[in-house]
Amino acid sequence: MRFFRMLGRSIRDAFKSVFRNFSLSLASISCIIITLLIVAVAIILTFNVENFTKEMEKDLTIVVFLNNNTTEDQVKDVQQKLEKMNNVESLTYQSKNAVKEEMRKENEVFNEVMSTWKDDDNPLKDTFQVKVKDVEKIKDTALKIKKLDQVSVVNYGEAWVDKMISMFSVIEKGAYGVVIALILVTVFLIVNTIKLTIFSRKREISIMRLVGASNIAIKTPFIVEGMILGCIGSILPILAVCFGYVALYNHLNGYVYTEIIKLVEPEPFIYIVSGIILIIGILVGMIGSSSAVRKYLKV
Amino acid sequence: MELIRIKNVTKQYKNGVTAIYDLSLSIKKGSFVFVIGGSGSGKSTFIKMLYREEKPTKGEIIVGGLNVLKLRNKKVYKLRRKLGIVFQDYRLLPKSTVYENVAFAIEVLGARRDEIRKKTLKAIELVGLKHKIHNYPDQLSGGEQQRVAIARAIVNEPKLLLCDEPTGNLDPEMSMEIMQVLEQINKSCGTTIIMATHDKDIVNKMKKEVIVLKDGHLLKHVEKGEYEE
Repeated sequence: MRFFRMLGRSIRDAFKSVFRNFSLSLASISCIIITLLIVAVAIILTFNVENFTKEMEKDLTIVVFLNNNTTEDQVKDVQQKLEKMNNVESLTYQSKNAVKEEMRKENEVFNEVMSTWKDDDNPLKDTFQVKVKDVEKIKDTALKIKKLDQVSVVNYGEAWVDKMISMFSVIEKGAYGVVIALILVTVFLIVNTIKLTIFSRKREISIMRLVGASNIAIKTPFIVEGMILGCIGSILPILAVCFGYVALYNHLNGYVYTEIIKLVEPEPFIYIVSGIILIIGILVGMIGSSSAVRKYLKV
Repeated sequence: MELIRIKNVTKQYKNGVTAIYDLSLSIKKGSFVFVIGGSGSGKSTFIKMLYREEKPTKGEIIVGGLNVLKLRNKKVYKLRRKLGIVFQDYRLLPKSTVYENVAFAIEVLGARRDEIRKKTLKAIELVGLKHKIHNYPDQLSGGEQQRVAIARAIVNEPKLLLCDEPTGNLDPEMSMEIMQVLEQINKSCGTTIIMATHDKDIVNKMKKEVIVLKDGHLLKHVEKGEYEE
């Protein structure tokens, strides 16, 4: 019962003090708004880079060419062996005739040339298209496949795929690093702003100590106040994310430069980002004020 | 019944200055004690050690059964709840009304709303400020502000009231008003009062227990004393 009374008092006092120290609150809130906006942009960028990476990875395929004289039983045998491999996500089989038909549809010249080929003298090869689970291991998997009987050639665009994969992982890690660094900077900035507001209330805190308030009773209103400031401070960045991102998405028709680089669809993406920003705002406000108040609890 | 026991206490500040030398004394429950002495005599340090703003370097201080020296920073509130403190500079919250300033001291202890109201009004009435309950500190005279501070110190019904030069900023007339309030609290509530002062007139008029400090040494401790040079 006493606990709830204290909590109620803390919440009431926190609201009161936000308004009584309005100019200082405003300073904290503006600081939170600006930093959260930057964090929001960084988060949106990271998500989009990650999304693009995943999309690209989905399209990566190993093409397995079988020897010309492979019998149907041998094809089944290869298929079973491929399916047993750990890193194989899915595979599709295309017989050389199916490949021929496909190629004829694609191009007039091919059509002309290939129309004379009969099933027996078709120089093309039967193929498997293999999708892998972990793209970073695509090289190992390709090497393993190469060693199977009846496999003549394995192709996954070696050179550029390897490069791309390592580039993606660098970009992803870099983006995460930037977001984390930004959040740390935000915490630092907000801690300092809140320290300023609390410095002006040093007297109040020392009086609380003198009349026998326990440290928790002193801290709680300040922590709640920090949470309120963080909450208010995250409203504008959240609105900016919700409206700004949707506007951007519609303006660009959902992709950047080419249709390969797709943006993340706004829903439910913007709600997730908004949630993250709100949580960061509240947490940072909380941590900021509790660490700022600690200094004055030693009298 | 003794409320405070001080045994062989020495206080040396970090800058090397020794404020109190080997002080031993005890104070009975319900007494009214003046601590007098010139500047640098150690009377402020003495008061500060009683509410543990300063810790003694050596010795033992027991206030109402609590060993002050063994009290950890986090547990200091246990001691502070047993006593009220009044300062020379009042230390009121400037943005709170008289009522809020006094109620604040029991609100932070988590009291019920009706209890807060009852005790706050009682304390304000005791110091005679019922008509100024909704005023802010800057709308009050120095004497009135000090009476608010006293109300805040006693609202929690402490056994002990510590006053560090409470009349230091007030003219003689207002000082006497404050002394009357303090005497009334001492008599009607049985609160032990320890007051550091260098105001001769007050000490001579009141004829109370007197502790005289000089350069950190206990010079005299008498039942009914006067201020002597």
